[in-house]
Amino acid sequence: MLMNCGAHPAYTAKKSFHALNHITMKSFRPTLVSVAAAALSIMALSAALPAFAGKTLDAVKQRGTVKCGVTNGVAGFSAPDTQGNWSGLDVDSCRAIAAAVLGDPKKVDFVPLNSQQRFSALQAGEVDILARNTTWNLTRDASLGFNFTTINYYDGQGFLVPKKIKVTSAKQLKNATICTQSGTTNEKNVSDWFKAQNIPIKTVVFESFEASFKAFFAGRCQAFTTDASALAGLRNKEAPNADDYLILPELISKEPLAPLVRRGDDEWFAIAKWVPNALIEAEEVGITQANVDTLRADSKDPAQQRLLGTSDDLGKLLGLDKDWSYRAIKAVGNYGEIFERNVGPKSVLKLPRGVNNLWSKGGLMYAPPVR
Amino acid sequence: MKGAASGRWIAWVVQALLLAAIAGGAVWLVLHALGVLRARGVQSGFDFLLDPAGFGISEGWLDFESGQPYWRAFLAGLINTLRAAVPASIFAVLFGTLLGIGRIAPHVLVRGISSAYVQTLRNIPLLVQLLMLYFALTQLLPDSTEAIELVRGAWLSKDGLTIPWPVREAGAWWPSHFDWPERSSFNVTGGAALSPEYLTVVIGLGAYTAAFVAEIVRAGIGSVSQGQKLAAQALGLTPLQQLRIVVLPQALRVIVPSLTNQLLSLTKNSSLAVAVGYPELMSIANTSFNSTGRTFECIAIIMAVYLALSLSISGLMNFYNARVALRGWQ
Repeated sequence: MLMNCGAHPAYTAKKSFHALNHITMKSFRPTLVSVAAAALSIMALSAALPAFAGKTLDAVKQRGTVKCGVTNGVAGFSAPDTQGNWSGLDVDSCRAIAAAVLGDPKKVDFVPLNSQQRFSALQAGEVDILARNTTWNLTRDASLGFNFTTINYYDGQGFLVPKKIKVTSAKQLKNATICTQSGTTNEKNVSDWFKAQNIPIKTVVFESFEASFKAFFAGRCQAFTTDASALAGLRNKEAPNADDYLILPELISKEPLAPLVRRGDDEWFAIAKWVPNALIEAEEVGITQANVDTLRADSKDPAQQRLLGTSDDLGKLLGLDKDWSYRAIKAVGNYGEIFERNVGPKSVLKLPRGVNNLWSKGGLMYAPPVR
Repeated sequence: MKGAASGRWIAWVVQALLLAAIAGGAVWLVLHALGVLRARGVQSGFDFLLDPAGFGISEGWLDFESGQPYWRAFLAGLINTLRAAVPASIFAVLFGTLLGIGRIAPHVLVRGISSAYVQTLRNIPLLVQLLMLYFALTQLLPDSTEAIELVRGAWLSKDGLTIPWPVREAGAWWPSHFDWPERSSFNVTGGAALSPEYLTVVIGLGAYTAAFVAEIVRAGIGSVSQGQKLAAQALGLTPLQQLRIVVLPQALRVIVPSLTNQLLSLTKNSSLAVAVGYPELMSIANTSFNSTGRTFECIAIIMAVYLALSLSISGLMNFYNARVALRGWQ
């Protein structure tokens, strides 16, 4: 109906995004309201747009920013500092895309979303890409209308316990109370795993991540469970005394974390997939943030030349220019550098590279050839 | 005559057309939204209710384990909502009535404390109160490993209040023995536990609503004419008797309709329990729409359930109101 009345689709859509944004950002208790608003804005969108949005790239260029859905603050992945500058592995994924598409890694609007809001926000078009340490699984991929892009962290679910309960294995958690957050794969994994082990446990499930770990540190639960990477951040940053807490050795699930985009826009999907692939390949062929300029000027290595756009113009195939990957690497560095800076041994999380190393060094990071 | 009849006819047609347009618009909106969802590859439908839920529910009257279907999880959530809302309502009405009487008590200290309570609690957002109460409880209660035994079998710790609970053998009608809680390696097991989440919701919701009930009771008592009280005094009734026999029954006519509103609010406010980890309907719906992606469907279910709950409460209260109302006046 709106369509027939000649309302400009982008205008109507923008208005409803704005309304949603306002609610999620300002409302004190956002979940129901914002999810309902997101549901309504899907309806509004559906009235304004035929079938699906399409042309995300055009919208991004016109707007001049990439809208990137992130967490409310998970150290190492996406967290704002006191000045409101975002940093983290997921944040760098978005910055790399902004650099490739818009030529400036700062042109990103970060939209903090809790784990219940995130999918509705992407469906409704509030964000162009959701980089919110989200696990890739079949249900989410096949039934929510999303495409997962390139895995940027291979994670697994673990447990954090206070040392004073003298537990060294998750199998000793019989009758324990375990705190976790609702709307995550963690909630189901923990139920599955203890059921398989035939160990009775209780879970206390909170709406917000913050409430869940605060209750744990207040002593409400004997264990806290989430992805192992986030556990390290919690222990090092939020615990009253990091040495009083222990991360148990068991990893009870596979949690491949990947940014995701809406279905129905293959062009944008390709960009969101190939920018991170280029960063992984940059590490493989030895291009870093520091040497990218010199290599672009005088590298004779065909693989490096191809990736930096000095021989072939691969950017054109993605609807971008030939310097797309050069700008991404220049902005955030190669995958190895992103890892080191945000979660690696020198960061507050101090995570080992482990399975997130390159395939050629015994890890799982493997980018299809950028050629 | 003729003019009036055709005017009425036109009015009918206009109203029918308007109704059809609204209904048509609503149907179009829903169908179009479903079409768009399908085109975007978002699956929809209520079929997921029969699938196994895959998550556990930590407490409640209805036993639930992760292999059972979603519809049963929703049912357990609804029962948990009632498990919190019913005791909280009773607490709110009793405590609120006392406070309301306290607000007009002759004793200045009683009046002052009651007023301060009402003004403080009804002017702070409920969510803030719940979170404060919850974190105060979890901080203040003794550690689970150092649970204290209040009286024999009743343990208090960060696990909440654990009390002995009668259990029945399989197939038996009546409970045969008590399950006594015991301290295990790092917490208290057995018996029945009133978790800190549950206690927070019942006390928090009840105490908050009591402040509103107090005002309603005060207004109700104020609405009974002074002459009634004087007449009761003249009959030689004690102050308590005056209140019980003469004033309160008349005040109820004013109180009950407003009280209905408060009980409705309380029931709907119980959805805030999700913030402090109590597994009521809203919390179950949150988890469900996240693992299935059926946002519309889950929100539709909660809307329908809260609507049904609210209508039942107002139905019950209207029935009660009809009994206390003055005959022939309404």
